[in-house]
Amino acid sequence: MNNIYMDNNATTMAAPEVVQEMMPFFADYYANPSSMHFFAGEVGKKVDSARQKIAALINADPVEIIITSCGTESDNTAIRGVLEANPDKKHIVTTRVEHPAVLNLCRYLSKRGYAVTELSVNHEGLLDVNELRNSLRDDTAIVSIMYANNETGVIFPVEEIGKIVKERGIPFHVDAVQAAGKIPLNMKTSAIDLLSISGHKLHAPKGIGMLYVRRGIKLRPFIIGGHQEFGRRAGTENVPYIIGLGKACELASQGMKEENGRVRKLRDKLENFILDNIKHTNRNGHPVMRLPNTSNVSFRHIEGEAILLSMSYLGISASSGSACTSGSLLPSHVLHAMGVPFDTVHGSIRFSLSRYNTEDEINYIIEKLPAVINRLRELSPFGKDGRSSAPSAS
Amino acid sequence: MWNYSKKVLDHFQNPHNYGDMENPDAVAEVGSISCGDALRLALKIDKNTGRIIDAKFQTFGCGSAIASSSALTDMVKGKTLEEAMKITNEDIADYLGGLPKEKMHCSVMGKEALEAAVANYKGVKPEKKEEGRLVCHCFGITEEKIRKVAIENHLTTVDEITNYTKAGGGCGNCKPEIEEILADVWSKVKAAAPKVQPVASAVPKKLTNIQKMQMIQDVIEHEIKPSLQADGGSIELIDVEGNKVLVAMRGTCSVCMHSQTTIKGFVESKLREFVSPDITVEEV
Repeated sequence: MNNIYMDNNATTMAAPEVVQEMMPFFADYYANPSSMHFFAGEVGKKVDSARQKIAALINADPVEIIITSCGTESDNTAIRGVLEANPDKKHIVTTRVEHPAVLNLCRYLSKRGYAVTELSVNHEGLLDVNELRNSLRDDTAIVSIMYANNETGVIFPVEEIGKIVKERGIPFHVDAVQAAGKIPLNMKTSAIDLLSISGHKLHAPKGIGMLYVRRGIKLRPFIIGGHQEFGRRAGTENVPYIIGLGKACELASQGMKEENGRVRKLRDKLENFILDNIKHTNRNGHPVMRLPNTSNVSFRHIEGEAILLSMSYLGISASSGSACTSGSLLPSHVLHAMGVPFDTVHGSIRFSLSRYNTEDEINYIIEKLPAVINRLRELSPFGKDGRSSAPSAS
Repeated sequence: MWNYSKKVLDHFQNPHNYGDMENPDAVAEVGSISCGDALRLALKIDKNTGRIIDAKFQTFGCGSAIASSSALTDMVKGKTLEEAMKITNEDIADYLGGLPKEKMHCSVMGKEALEAAVANYKGVKPEKKEEGRLVCHCFGITEEKIRKVAIENHLTTVDEITNYTKAGGGCGNCKPEIEEILADVWSKVKAAAPKVQPVASAVPKKLTNIQKMQMIQDVIEHEIKPSLQADGGSIELIDVEGNKVLVAMRGTCSVCMHSQTTIKGFVESKLREFVSPDITVEEV
């Protein structure tokens, strides 16, 4: 069966160049970079060079990069590390649409003596910068806001927010897991103090991530042990994966133009087709302020898991904000925070592209999708036009 | 990705008996679009024989909701109303070769639609939701429904209630209340049941081996282990051979001189009380 993969915000294929670059570091260059022999020194040099490539993606110094095991660890390290370094500050500002790695951590902390402000978003998924300004307090320890949303692709104005946060001298953390490789990041000119990136979202394998920490930001280590990562994250370096992340970051820097050109065009072609040709559909999220690869659309009166399953039979892989696809019984907290009506949330589908998608694939989806939607609407008691029980959505 | 059986996938891909029915003799609509699944069931019933001659469904919901609806319509066709009412949600799940436990509520929805359609045919007004006390406000689940589904499916934990009814699956604020309801349900069942076969009487069918093992496991988990753990001990179920239950004592129990008394006097008597009077327990 063909596999048309449109779920790149969930995870990406490891780039063949990345895998190739990693291979020698399993069985040939396997020394522990901390050891005192030339063999180790050779591996250490490769790790240093990978760290430079990683730093280059965001224009930071290599010493400002902490390698972690994933985006979630980066987020946890940033938030808990800053809180522990500033024990007298007891307030956290974040948003209602963060990834669970940040949101659930903040909610956990709110039960352990911290006050947490969760900023709201409007129906297009955008923040109110004034609400943010007013939320800051003298005891605010950290502001943690995502760069781009994983479900809708909506981009927050992090530099504008960063300026406001820095005026108050508060550490500013940004979860850039979805943005990295799609939006140019420059830490030399940025107001961001801490920035999380996950390898497997930019064509490195799963199990590797990184946290940028601006020089001078006070941070207690989250994992305690050896001296690795400049004493800020203990544990023997995951050498092959660090090499892989380095290569992936290099490729991401080179591929950014393509993401914003060819990939964006493919995304728009698919989205415009759906909105123009399939009835009772709508886009979720701001049309312009969003990632070039993400489209979140709702097919009203039918349910997302059923759509995914039907598409899966055609070899198309995507995602949904429907309750039935998550472990919990609640639908997407992101769409809910945007005030999207329930029937629209349950029928939401996220297509997230990558540089490996082709025009042929888009054409295939365009050819097959209308029949999928029609069939499920025929099965649905709300599917027919004008039926009284069919609630209309905005 | 849910681990759906081949039969669930078949019924999802090629559902039986879907669509609108003209002049149905009974209809029911259960669930709602806001909760994520809804089922409309229509039946044609032969007035002389009381037999269901046709059944049609329309479902808004996930793959297993559509498959459960399709299965339900297959199962009721040709049955008398009386026979059809004996179908349990478990039967629907079994017909589909099982459902993921988190999806059991799909089969419960099928059972509910059937009950409502039959009530509709008999001219009984559909029960208003307000009549029962609302426990889960996120999904509009009443105390009555929780009690009913708990007894019908022998559910003993809050998670199971969530899987079967969705109650507690939203904000989670009602979880302590569900726990209280469950405690009450099972203490009443125990009290009401005759000495010989207390819980077995709540489950009318003869136990299959798998059911028996599950019950033994449940009783050990919920009735026996907590008491032992209070004294720093524990117990592990090793195997079940017919009516012989093999266990291993853990923690302080494993070195306790009275462990034989615990096994015979406590563990065995509990299992005899809850599962079957023929059970013997041995330590391995």
